[in-house]
Amino acid sequence: MSNRATNLLVPIISVILGLLVGAVIMLVSGYDPLKGYAALWNGIFGDLYTIGETIRQITPYLLAGLAVAFAFRSGLFNIGVEGQLIVGWFAAAYVGVAVELPKIIHLPLAILAAAVAGAIWGFVPGLLKAKFRVHEVIVTIMMNYIALHVTNALIRTVSDGGDRTGNIYASASLRSEFLQNLTEFSRLHFGIIIALVMVGVMWLILEKTTLGFELKAVGFNQNASQYAGMNVNKNIILAMVISGAFAGLGGAMEALGTFEYVSSKGGFTGIGFDGIAVALLGMNTPLGVVFGATLFGSLKYGALNMPNAAGIPIEIVEIVIAVIIFFVASGYIIRLLLLRASAKKKEAK
Amino acid sequence: MSFLEVLYFIVPSAIFYAAPLILVAIGGVFSERSGVVNIGLEGLMVIGAFVGILFNLLYADTFGSATPWIALIAAMFAALLLSLLHAVASITFRADQVVSGVAINLLAAALSIYLVKRIFDKGQTDFITERFSRYNVPFLSDIPIIGPLFFKSVYNTSFFAIGVAVLAWFVIYKTPFGLRLRAVGEHPMAADTMGINVTRMRYIAVMISGGLAGIGGAIYAQTITNDFGHATINGQGFMALAAMIFGKWHPLGAMGAALFFGFAQSLSIVGSSIPIISEIPNVFLLILPYVLTILALAGFIGRAHAPLAIGKPYIKGQR
Repeated sequence: MSNRATNLLVPIISVILGLLVGAVIMLVSGYDPLKGYAALWNGIFGDLYTIGETIRQITPYLLAGLAVAFAFRSGLFNIGVEGQLIVGWFAAAYVGVAVELPKIIHLPLAILAAAVAGAIWGFVPGLLKAKFRVHEVIVTIMMNYIALHVTNALIRTVSDGGDRTGNIYASASLRSEFLQNLTEFSRLHFGIIIALVMVGVMWLILEKTTLGFELKAVGFNQNASQYAGMNVNKNIILAMVISGAFAGLGGAMEALGTFEYVSSKGGFTGIGFDGIAVALLGMNTPLGVVFGATLFGSLKYGALNMPNAAGIPIEIVEIVIAVIIFFVASGYIIRLLLLRASAKKKEAK
Repeated sequence: MSFLEVLYFIVPSAIFYAAPLILVAIGGVFSERSGVVNIGLEGLMVIGAFVGILFNLLYADTFGSATPWIALIAAMFAALLLSLLHAVASITFRADQVVSGVAINLLAAALSIYLVKRIFDKGQTDFITERFSRYNVPFLSDIPIIGPLFFKSVYNTSFFAIGVAVLAWFVIYKTPFGLRLRAVGEHPMAADTMGINVTRMRYIAVMISGGLAGIGGAIYAQTITNDFGHATINGQGFMALAAMIFGKWHPLGAMGAALFFGFAQSLSIVGSSIPIISEIPNVFLLILPYVLTILALAGFIGRAHAPLAIGKPYIKGQR
């Protein structure tokens, strides 16, 4: 079996195993897995409305996945996507409520604000990694909590002690009557187009620019890149900044498209952490992220139908996602088993 | 309020908040000293808290006032089992240890709430009736100043946590087992050459971290929240991770850091009733532990060095 085929098989096998484990858990805890997965399927594809909502849910997952994948390609593990997304969410919503401008200026400005906020949040761990060799995993985890508490405090200040801002002006909104009419008035918005464009942008940066070449080189081998005359520190910082900007855009999708406001949060949104799963499943490629985001976004939205239609808690889907991550991360063992299986086949021939 | 009264108010509450952090951070020290990153501490704490509360609710009538302590044992075994999953993935299957930890966190949060909904038919459990209770240590609490600070209306769990920290220091620095543990985390190949079973040591270390994190989670749930829901642990595991790093991967350092973070946490909660501190916006107290950890890592507060072989799976025969 070729290397490429095994690489593709690992995520597919992981997803199947994940769904199987989910079925076993449902069975053991006294639910009907068939009924459960049927409810999940209807929750995703049931009618035009649910399809619209599913695509809406996929949008931030695309950007969160891109953020994680982009950093991964440069050898960095950005667990801080969650925090970068939260500050992006706040920045976009703030620009959305603070001023009223013509749409052609306001909307891009709000989106840009989110990207910049996320980029700044990514810059800090990038700088610390480049200058002090501090491991980015710990710093980004800490930055997540700082983001959570700081935005909550800012929301209180902006809203005079309330726990959410007002709705953004229509001139900053991504809502689209056209898309809503198409999908029986779901909350589907233009953000999906932005997210897909960003998939192209990531592909372009990585495959067609010098910057992308350097970033990937740094990801493969820092010493060799240094020896080849690349500025490793600059590339590390840039990778985190761009990754943060993607994550910030993910926040803008929620601020300008889905919710049109920002409210203070008791805990994390989870989108950033699921972004890790998306990137892993997509093997850190732009196209792979599209598949990963589609799968996990659909599962997440479809799960909302499970309590009503089958009486099963929505958490079952999160269990499935966690198990899938386990299997993808343990790809070594799946590869080993595949290799043995194909070796046996050869012998039999 | 006089300064001393303020201290009498804050110090016991700081120790009270620190106890679970200490235990979980010590767990982290064991795992990371052996070379296995354990981001999953948060999830292990969640499972510990869930099982602790569940056991307490189910068996409160059987065991009476001993229930919380027995619940700790149940929580320990539950989290230990979950940590085995992390060990298998990151040691045997050579998975990325951070990714495996993230999966542990997701799995624990989802699984515990799934079971809560299955068992209780709602988003959180009932409140427990048998809890750890405060008491005054006889004689010691009568000592002026020190008595009211450290021995009045305290929890036994606090003493337990500090005892575990000291024991961990002894085990890691004064026993052959500890020497092997550190060797495996610094230079596994050298350790292997000297006949130490790297895989076994790492498995043991990860399981110790799981057990301690489970106990920590159960203590947190049975002293502070008294029920279990999705927001029960809410970042305490990551706070413990921060304490471990701020304490420079040293058991006593981690204990000191955990005490300090407990202090910051209790300030952000009770601070509003204390003059001067109530002037400081709450958000600064909330983010203080995280900011300090970043500063410590960046070398502004003494350089923190992680164990050398951390995060890398050990593959026999590979240079």
